[in-house]
Amino acid sequence: MKNNLSITSRILVAFASGALIAVFFLPAWRIDLFAPQYPEGLMMNIWINGLSGDVEIINGLNHYIGMKHISVDMFPEFKYLPWVVGFFMLLGMIVAITGKRKFLLYYLILTVIGGALAVWDFYQWGYDYGHNLDPKAAIQVPGLSYQPPLFGHKRLLNFDAYSFPDVGGWVVIGASALAFSVWFTEWYRHRKKQIV
Amino acid sequence: MKHSFLKLLTATLLLAVGFSGLTSCKPKGTQSAAGGDAAKAYVAPGKYDEFYSFVSGGFSGQMSVYGLPSGRLFRVIPVFSVDPEKGWGYNEETKPMLNTSHGFVPWDDLHHIALSVTKSEHDGRWAFGNANNTPRIARIDMKTFRTTEIIEIPNSAGNHSSPFITENSEYVVAGTRFSVPMGDNQDVPINTYKENFKGTVSFIGIDKTSGEMNVSFQIATPGINFDLARAGKGRSAGWFFFSCYNSEKANTLLEVNASQKDKDFIMAVNWKKAEEYAKAGKGVKKQVRYAHNKYNESTHTATSEIKNEVLMLDPKDCPDMVYFMPCPKSPHGCDTDPTGEYIVGSGKLAAVIPVFSFAKIEAAIAAKNFDGSYDGIPVLKYEAVLHGEVQKPGLGPLHTEFDGKGNAYTSFFVSSEIVKWSVKDLKVLDRVPTYYSIGHLSVPGGPTSKPHGKYVIAYNKITKDRYLPTGPELTQSAQIYDISGEKMKLILDFPTIGEPHYAEAIPASMIMKNSQKIYKLEDNKHPYAALGDDNAKVVRKGNEIHVYMTSIRSHFTPDNIEGVKLGDIVYFHVTNLEQDWDVPHGFAVKGIANAELLIMPGETQTLAWKPEKAGVYPMYCTDFCSALHQEMQGYIRVSPAGSNVPLTFSTGTNLPATTPAATGAPSTK
Repeated sequence: MKNNLSITSRILVAFASGALIAVFFLPAWRIDLFAPQYPEGLMMNIWINGLSGDVEIINGLNHYIGMKHISVDMFPEFKYLPWVVGFFMLLGMIVAITGKRKFLLYYLILTVIGGALAVWDFYQWGYDYGHNLDPKAAIQVPGLSYQPPLFGHKRLLNFDAYSFPDVGGWVVIGASALAFSVWFTEWYRHRKKQIV
Repeated sequence: MKHSFLKLLTATLLLAVGFSGLTSCKPKGTQSAAGGDAAKAYVAPGKYDEFYSFVSGGFSGQMSVYGLPSGRLFRVIPVFSVDPEKGWGYNEETKPMLNTSHGFVPWDDLHHIALSVTKSEHDGRWAFGNANNTPRIARIDMKTFRTTEIIEIPNSAGNHSSPFITENSEYVVAGTRFSVPMGDNQDVPINTYKENFKGTVSFIGIDKTSGEMNVSFQIATPGINFDLARAGKGRSAGWFFFSCYNSEKANTLLEVNASQKDKDFIMAVNWKKAEEYAKAGKGVKKQVRYAHNKYNESTHTATSEIKNEVLMLDPKDCPDMVYFMPCPKSPHGCDTDPTGEYIVGSGKLAAVIPVFSFAKIEAAIAAKNFDGSYDGIPVLKYEAVLHGEVQKPGLGPLHTEFDGKGNAYTSFFVSSEIVKWSVKDLKVLDRVPTYYSIGHLSVPGGPTSKPHGKYVIAYNKITKDRYLPTGPELTQSAQIYDISGEKMKLILDFPTIGEPHYAEAIPASMIMKNSQKIYKLEDNKHPYAALGDDNAKVVRKGNEIHVYMTSIRSHFTPDNIEGVKLGDIVYFHVTNLEQDWDVPHGFAVKGIANAELLIMPGETQTLAWKPEKAGVYPMYCTDFCSALHQEMQGYIRVSPAGSNVPLTFSTGTNLPATTPAATGAPSTK
């Protein structure tokens, strides 16, 4: 019983992994663009299985500098991401049901790896999108690339680009934070018990 | 000698003083105007106005949209007159909008505005405008700020008394300004006016949801002239009041012959009763011809239908439907106050403003308190229906608006002023000069049961020295007065489009949230739309060439077209593929004897072209759409009639791949 999670912790883990379902209904990430001609801003929402927002307008503008036409087809991720999220939900539930503290640790390690992979993948796409430009583009500024910011703000020609998690993304971050704090609490309690 | 010199000096001095005194007797400069109150009309850059004002264009035939209180012009909506800049009346889609029983009429004279109402309050759906020359009413959709329907009025000549509106937008009206011969034989001597000339007022029904208009019924009237009108409100909501002049029935030199009688009339129509008579089959179907033109939002195309029948109600067969009220000297404006109890008549040549009471009208009708009849229609006794007269208000009263605080504002053409008076006790409260000779005036919501007040705008007939001179032809001037206090204060003077008659202002909050930004491509059902570059094509049908063209920043597809021959008619169906706000594209071809197109995002418009000479014709986008707007161009090759140049089209590549060396001669293969 020593290595098992408390009932509260198990409920919290179940809740955290259950909360991941939010990303099936809410966008995970958003990119906002502002320019003198677009004081109201243009927005692109990234979901786990697609895109929404002013994608066509952004494409219309970006073709001048030779950026690729953003479409759902260019992201194979959209095909497997729902499965990945489903897998994490299932895993979380297994942790909650079995109540093994060790399983929670593995779950968290996997979460860290998954998160890192997602960031790396997003960076890769952003790099390609910003650097791999059409050589026949109308506007070509030597040495300039248009990689969107991974996180936060970046100036791209006449646009101020902002990249931040959207509601779904914040739910994922919150859920992971909850799972981590559960593990830390359990770890701390366990250590105290050992000392006593 | 010395003495006489002194005398002369004194005399000269006295004269000089006298002259200087005389010159200072000149009226004070009209610049005394705005002063410190101008800040009240100031709307900072990037800030929005409080009101939209829909202003008639008069002889321009259009309707313009201004912001108040800044007086900034936002848009000129083409209505009855062609507008080559927007292709209005030139492109194939809108040509039917200007069709009439007389054929295509490229112009008219738009006098009055009526904004749709619910419970006599603005509801922000449609604006109506009248054509004074070839009688018509137009409906403008406030979502798109475009004319979506125009209906011609049969049995009418000069639709001046129009398009005023009933309390829940059931009807807009159309009273004929000219009486004319009607029926089968209209070829009669003009001097048989008294026997052969008749008038009508028409009630144009408005569909509650679509807004579509239809001539529901007409009322036959004596051969007099109808000038203006207003619907009742509240208890009088079932009535309509029309001012009329020329009860003398003159057909020549009206300025004298139609000004003989001491009193003309305001015609009171119980339209609820008329509606019942129409439903009960009391009317007679008359054979007529009139056009009904509708713009279809999904096909972006107008159709014109000629209709042949109208229902006419004769007051002789319909008792208690129409009454005349005597009104001094050629009444012009006829305005009902926000409660609907008071009807203000403005005799252009009268020295008083008579105010009628609806309660008294009802009582006089019940008591049959008549002063004889006019052409069989009972005339109510003036004293019996009169609430009272505003004494010494000014010279030449024309129109009255209300502020919702019990005050009325009447415009005076001759004495060039606005006079504020109290409706209850008929006392004059304030007067301000206008520059010059005001016609209509407008208080935001002034004709409704809930005026928004705050400002009164003077729309003047004479401009003279108000602005920098521009030769003999000047803009028209308007002034805005702040009416929030006891005294009216001039805060802004601004030039206008055409010759504004009436205008109506409505709070911006009621309109701006509904304003459409684009036409959605997925809703575009234009039969010749090319929804995407891949759908662009050129098709020959006999001697018609249909170019299904797309435009998107910054190219046309196709932009090279060959195989057009003399004798062909080329139809450029241009679809703007943009789906972003405020990215219109234009389209123009060198030498085209038509106009240009100005196509909104998601819209399709068609320009017809009949080339007259072989050669290569450039085409380009006329609206600066992007950084590469100047590159948005292409060519169309026109060959002689017998040429065998094949029909080809392309963008980005050459088709045909190898160009024959020929220089316009038929290519050989």
